[in-house]
This record gives sequence, C-alpha cells and structure tokens, in this order.
Amino acid sequence: MITELGHFALVLAFAVAIVQMIVPLVGAQKGWRSWMAVAEPAATAQFLLTAFSFAALTYAFVVSDFSLRLVFLNSHTDKPMLYKVTGVWGNHEGSLLLWVVILTLFGAMAAWFGGNLPPTLRARVLAVQSSVAVAFFAFMIFTSNPFLRLAVPPFDGQDLNPLLQDPGLAFHPPFLYLGYVGLSMSFSFAVAALIEGRVDAAWGRWVRPWALAAWLFLTIGIGLGSWWAYYELGWGGFWFWDPVENASFMPWLIAAALLHSAIVVEKREALKSWTILLAILAFGFSLIGTFIVRSGVLTSVHAFANDPERGVWILLILGIFMGGALMLYAFRAGTMEAKGVFSVVSRESALVMNNLLLAVGCFVVFIGTIWPLVAELFLDRTLSVGPPFFEMAFTPFMVVLAAILPLGSVLPWKRAKLGKQAKALWPVFFVALALASLAWAMQTGRSALGPVGVFLGAWLVFGAAAELWTRSGNGSNRLRRLKNLPRADWGKAVAHAGFGVTCLGIAGLMAWEIEDIRVAQIGETYTVGNVEVTLQDVQQVQGPNYISSMGFVAFGRDGEQFSQVTPEKRIYPVASMPTTEAGIANGFLRDVYVVLGDPQTNGGWAVRTYIKPLANWIWAGCIIMSLGGALSLTDRRFRVAAGARRTRRTPDAVPAE
Amino acid sequence: MIRALLIWVLLATPVLALDPAELLDDPVLEDRAREISKGLRCPVCQNESIDESNATVAQDLRALVRERLLAGDSNTEVVEFVVARYGEYVLLNPQTTGANLALWLAGPAMLLLGAGMAVVYIRRRDTQPKDQSDGLSAEEAERLSKILDD
Repeated sequence: MITELGHFALVLAFAVAIVQMIVPLVGAQKGWRSWMAVAEPAATAQFLLTAFSFAALTYAFVVSDFSLRLVFLNSHTDKPMLYKVTGVWGNHEGSLLLWVVILTLFGAMAAWFGGNLPPTLRARVLAVQSSVAVAFFAFMIFTSNPFLRLAVPPFDGQDLNPLLQDPGLAFHPPFLYLGYVGLSMSFSFAVAALIEGRVDAAWGRWVRPWALAAWLFLTIGIGLGSWWAYYELGWGGFWFWDPVENASFMPWLIAAALLHSAIVVEKREALKSWTILLAILAFGFSLIGTFIVRSGVLTSVHAFANDPERGVWILLILGIFMGGALMLYAFRAGTMEAKGVFSVVSRESALVMNNLLLAVGCFVVFIGTIWPLVAELFLDRTLSVGPPFFEMAFTPFMVVLAAILPLGSVLPWKRAKLGKQAKALWPVFFVALALASLAWAMQTGRSALGPVGVFLGAWLVFGAAAELWTRSGNGSNRLRRLKNLPRADWGKAVAHAGFGVTCLGIAGLMAWEIEDIRVAQIGETYTVGNVEVTLQDVQQVQGPNYISSMGFVAFGRDGEQFSQVTPEKRIYPVASMPTTEAGIANGFLRDVYVVLGDPQTNGGWAVRTYIKPLANWIWAGCIIMSLGGALSLTDRRFRVAAGARRTRRTPDAVPAE
Repeated sequence: MIRALLIWVLLATPVLALDPAELLDDPVLEDRAREISKGLRCPVCQNESIDESNATVAQDLRALVRERLLAGDSNTEVVEFVVARYGEYVLLNPQTTGANLALWLAGPAMLLLGAGMAVVYIRRRDTQPKDQSDGLSAEEAERLSKILDD
C-alpha cells in the first residue's frame, strides 16, 4: 500500500513539475503575476511528493519487502540496517530517485529563500529548474521505475554489492548528488538570466552560494570516494583516474572555476558571459558524469551500468539541455556587457588565470576520459588512457595554479603593484623553500616530486596564513581584528590552506611510500621502514552476512608494540564475492597499512605492508577545503540577503517586465 | 573505483595481486619489472594495471614481463614485446604517434588558445576609458539601473 502511494506520489510530482515548467515561464514572459506565483507552491509540492516517494521506497527496503523488484535485487534480510537504508541508493533506480529528491529540494529552497529575487527571474529560475526535473522524472518513470513489483515475491533478496556495504561508500553518492544537483541550480540561474537578458552583481551574489555549496558537497563526496578506495581496494591508492572518478572530478574543477568567476561578477561586474558559460558547462559535466556512470559506454563494470537504453536517454537529456542552453547563450551572450575596468596586474586578472587553468585542466581530463571512445569510433584503434597520461598532462596545470594562488589572492581589485603586495609573501616563500630543501636533503636519489609538492603545500598553507595576517592591518588589536574579518575571508584562507594540505598529502604519499611484499609466518617479525611488523594470528570470523579470514597484525618500534590491526579477507556468500579490508594504523605523519593475502601451501600467509607518509593529509585537506566553503557560505552577506525575504510579502510596486 | 569488481566477479577464488612467489630475486630487475607492470593494462580489467590486478591474465603477463627481463630485454623491448601480442590497448600511457598527437596536444593547445583570449580580454579591460560609474559602487549602480529600467 505504502509502495503504491509512493509510486503515485512520484507520478503526481511529475505532473506538478510539468506545470511548474510551463506556467511560470509564460507568466514571466507575459507579465502575469498570478501565473508566476504558481512556481513557489508548485516547487514545494514537487519536493514534498518526491520526498514522500523516496520515504516509501526506503520503507520497503527497511522492512525487506521483496515483492518489490528493486528490493529483491539489492537487499537481503541478514544485511545490517544501515546498509538496508543505504541500499536504497546503491542501485540505478533508487539513486535516480535520490537525485530527483535533491533536485526538487534545491528547487524548493530557491522558492523558499528566493524572496529578494526579482519576481520574473525567480519564476524563470524555478521553471528552468523544473524542466530539469521533468526530464529526470520522465527518465525514471519510463525506463527506470523503482516501484515495479514482482508477480511472485521471493523469500529473500540477492544482497547489495558487498563493495557498497561500507560507511565510506554508503554516504559517497548522496554527497556527490548534492554537488551535481547543486550545479543544476547555477544552470537554472544562468539560463533564466539569459532569457531575462541581464546579468548583474546581484545575479553573481545569487549564484555564488549555489556554486559554493555544490563545490563543497562535491569535495566531500570525492574525498569520501577516494578515502574508500584507499582502505578498501587493498592497494592504498587514493586516485586511479578511472572514468567514473573523472566523471565527478570534472564538475568539481568547473565548479571551482565558477565560484571564483562569480566573485568577479559580484564585485566587479566583469567576466559575465564567461561565468554564464561556466554555469552551463558545469551542469553539462554533471550530466556527462551521469552518462558515463550509468550508460556503461566507458565503464562496463560499474554497478549501475549495462543498459544502453538508459545511455540514450541521458544523452538525449544532455543534448536538449546543453544544446538549448548553448544556443540561447550564442544569441544572448553579446548583450552582456562588462562594466568593471581593471589593470593587467589585479585580482581580476589573477582570477582569470585561475579560471583558465581550472578550465583547461578540466578539458584535459575530459579529452583523456573520452579519447578511448573517440579512437574506437573514428580511428578504429582500441587504446587505453591511464594514470600516466593524466599525471603528465593534468598535473602541470595544478602545479602552476598552486604556485600563483597565494600571490593572486593577496592582489587588490582593479589595480595592483606586484612588488608591494608580494612583500608579505617573501617570508612565506623562504619558509616553503627551506622545507622543500629539507625534504630534498632527507630523501636520497628520488624524484623531485616530493620536494616540489612540499614547497607548493607549504607555500599555500603559509600563504593563506600570511594573507589573513596582512588583512588584519597594522598596530594594536590585530588579533581582535583578525577575529572580526568577514567569514568569507576566513573561508577563502581556510579553503586555500586545505588545498595546500591535500597537495602535501599527495606529494608525501606518491614520493615516499615504502612497500613490502612477502610470505609471513605466524609469529614472525619483520621490519618495514622503521616499523616492526608481526603477523600474530589468522582466524576465521563469522560476520552478519559474510565470512572473514581475520589477521591479527602488531606494529611496533624498538620492541614496543604501538598498534594492532586486523586486516580481513571477506567473502559474501549471497553475492558470492570477496572483498579485502586493509588494516591501517593511522598516524599524523604516516599510516602503516597492511593487507592480508592468501595462505601459502608451505605455511604462512602472503602479506603486503606499506608505509604511507602523510596519507591522511589528503583527506584532511578535503575536510579543510569544505570547511572553508562552509565558513564562506555562512558569511553575513548571504545571511543578510536571506533575511531580506521577510519584507517580501508586501507586494512591491515594481511591475513585471 | 569499482573497476576491481569485474575481475573479482570473474574469479572463483581470489588471489592476491602480485604474489610473493612471483617476485624476482634480483632487486634491480624486480624494480624494473614493477615499473613496467605499472604501465601495462590488464586486458580484462577496467583501467587497472597488471601490477594491481588479480586476474589470471594479469598474472601471466607479470610472469611474461619478468621472463623477458631475465632474458636480458631492455624495458622498451619488453613493452614492445607485450604490445606486439596484445595490441596498444595494454598501454596505459597512450602512444604519441599519429592521431594520438591530438590527445597529447589538446591540453597545451587549449591553454595557448585560452591564454590568448584571456590576454586580449584583460588588455581590453585595461585600456577602456574610465568607468563612468566610478562614483558609485557596483551595487549602487546596479540598484540605480534597476530603478531606471523599471
């Protein structure tokens, strides 16, 4: 019964979305207030209906209603409750429903908090946002309906993919979707502004929180995914340049560019048409990501993939929205005249550089990701583009970006004197250089990667600190003034420092990792780096829905044990799939990472042990970056803008255009 | 990330990628073998090098690489040997010949193009006559223009 209600609510939400797509748009065009006013209640209704539908599906998973096809395919009665719930989005149909829930939630939020937007712009934003929802509702209802029943309900389900039964991966998709869908908001704002024919500082201020929020959630989502890959895949790698990973990385890069260029629109009324283009492309890359993950064109092994029909649908959605928006852009972009004037050395120019590097970096990732497809279709060559290509072709852009970032961020708007602004940064430069030399001296006969990474990381972190210090002015009460700096300034410094911390982590992990592969006898102690490793025991352990060979490994130094970990090899009988669980002793400066292999015929177990320097810094940097984003998001300016809505209820005298 | 899935599904019994038994005794040769393995793709896996893969064919390839190294091949010769048998598909680092040049040059070309456009844009903003709304902040000008428009 609840399932049917959920199904019904979904179809009803689809109908509401169609109304919301058409009526406010016509209203805005004709200047009919009552028609424009439809958007707000419609957005709320759409969200409530979709949320109910999602709740109904979650309920079916929680009570293990195997008459539902989706539950049968992706759940099992023995599964822990946490994974019963996260199993809702651990599959194509359910994750699509989650996507639409978030889409309608953001639409509703734009309606609730959009009081200080001009009425026509708000009506158009909500209509465009709803058109995206219409496309995805149709996609879901006609090809991927999560509410299909089975005629003969089986006794038990087929279990969720064991790789997904993990806290890191369980919450990875919701964050990614918050990011992807957040970009749909900036897309809606961009298209609405194009229809409206004007982009101004207020528009920039309105788009920025959405772009910032999307970027923040993408950072968390990507960080979670990377962390999961680190401890779950058994190699301790953090990034594989896999098409599915690139699919989330491309929108992240463009979102980073967008949130910076929106600042230029807001503060200086320049870069308008470029920002609009970025907003359109950012959502385009979200859709491309969806296409890559769900169509199976590039990764036929991803859990959701394997249905070309879905691929065609997403390609169609992509074509309609990108084609339509870019055509509109071609017609209207010319009318957007920049107002702000700035000199060659200025923060505006620095932000143009930032955008250039991020956009070209994204382009390189894009080309590398689709090149195998292009080569197969047009060149008749089957080839691969793997990590070596991306490391060589993409990394330089990020190195240059990190190198110019601290300098660019201290430049004032409009006009700057490089020598004067750089004064505060000279100490930072020398500290970073000293640390890099130290790194260089401590390592023997290795690549320059480590020292260069240390330099860039330190340059970014201390550069951000130096910037805050300079901003606090001269004389007394510096600390108090530091505290009273706008949250956006703090957010900026924190996020940039987080980028530096991630740089340090990546450099440390890639340059100074130590690996050891061997057959270890039970009780035998061996040394990796300066850590004494002992495989104490291996036991068979029965988990809730898996069987595990659990190793007990002790780490020690100078005869003192400082940690014990339990690497596992699990087998999930229902899905008949093995997984590895690495044993990791986390440390501030290094992780000790151990993976249990197979038992050997002549006794002992195959064991891989790694020392992973600065590994945690990669994700710590992600957390710091998103913290910076959150700080910036709570800045007073945005709150004030939100507070302004209270005065909205009195109908303003501005007639609609 | 989930590329490891297929191979795990294909395999009845999991084996550890790169078993200790496979390692060569000579550490220099072994280092070279690891270096080569990291650049060769496992033919049945998703974007995974033979060094990381659990698949049987990856294991065979790892053995083949070590065999060729013991026979005295240089790194390039080993890679050519494998490519001759499995095709350029196994190269994780795509060749720089022929149409692949477009792949390698796309980034730098785009950078040059973008930098050119950026320079033109910045110069134009720099040389434009003084902003007429200089007396007003961007927001004030915006509010004014809004009032005038309506």
